[in-house]
Amino acid sequence: MAIFGLWVINKAGGLVYQRNFADGLAQLTSNEYLVLAGTLHGIHAITSRLSPIPGQSSGAQVIEGETFKINVLLTLTGTKFILLTSPAEPASTIDVLLQKIYSIYAEKVMQNPFHTPEMPIRSEAFDVSLGALIG
Amino acid sequence: MNSSVDHLSPTTSSARFSLPSKPTPGLKPNIYERNLNKTRLSEVSAASLSFLFSEIVQYTQKRVSGINDLERRLNTLGYRVGTRVLELTAYRAEFSSKAPKREIRLLPALMAIHTQVWRAVYGRPADAIEKSVENVDEYMIIDNDPLIERHISVPRDLSGLSCSSFSAGIVEAVLDGLGFPARVTAHHTPTATHPTRATILIKFEKSVLDREDILK
Repeated sequence: MAIFGLWVINKAGGLVYQRNFADGLAQLTSNEYLVLAGTLHGIHAITSRLSPIPGQSSGAQVIEGETFKINVLLTLTGTKFILLTSPAEPASTIDVLLQKIYSIYAEKVMQNPFHTPEMPIRSEAFDVSLGALIG
Repeated sequence: MNSSVDHLSPTTSSARFSLPSKPTPGLKPNIYERNLNKTRLSEVSAASLSFLFSEIVQYTQKRVSGINDLERRLNTLGYRVGTRVLELTAYRAEFSSKAPKREIRLLPALMAIHTQVWRAVYGRPADAIEKSVENVDEYMIIDNDPLIERHISVPRDLSGLSCSSFSAGIVEAVLDGLGFPARVTAHHTPTATHPTRATILIKFEKSVLDREDILK
């Protein structure tokens, strides 16, 4: 039961924030993280157009593997929050956590005059608040 | 045949310059006609203030060359707010208390800024007032968690910048209005418990100190 990491992807598919919280994930180079984020962005775009039943599809929200779970929160502005957790983590806590991360993002990143939208996030206040929330 | 320019003359034109009509009953009066005493407790959402201040800082940053210039411009913007804050608090004090007092001595004026001005602008009094030991003309007002700086993270290449220069401008305007000319600056002084702590340094002009000595 652990939170492994958080990625934030902007609406163009570029990785703007990446952070590991607990051990359990392979250590990747920053380039590999960028590639993975772009791939996930593409997959999410494809899945949002596919649906077995007629109507709107929200895109992939959870992708499960044997040792991990990828949880995706797509916001109305196109920003994606990806939370990598252990498979046993309950869905309700993850949803609450993703919403809290979104609200921290709205405060510390969006209201920071020194942050350019869609650019990599370099905000100490964001890091500190995330650390306090997730640990 | 009438001149074709007749219709352009202001005396013949039917489209005249007109003043805005009085608000129809039932509709809210516009912001300039609201009673100033009834609105004293109205609040603004912190998020709106943060977004507005963030845009103020970004707007200023595009037009300046360095940290000092940025702080000076924020100070000027705060000055314009400060003159209006002083007038508004004085007006409201007249209506609320039986014998409103005007501060003419240095320390009561600083205490009034520390509590009343901060409460009027930020909703709570500032955290401390200190007198400098090295210089007799310097005083400091300390805010452990300035409301406008709550979500600001200054990047490394601008370290030393204090966006509380805006608050410093407000203080400078209030002091000027009360008759205590001073130079007011803001400094970012973080501690372990309060990482956004700001100190507002007030350096009074010599005339103020001379007057205080005479009145003593």
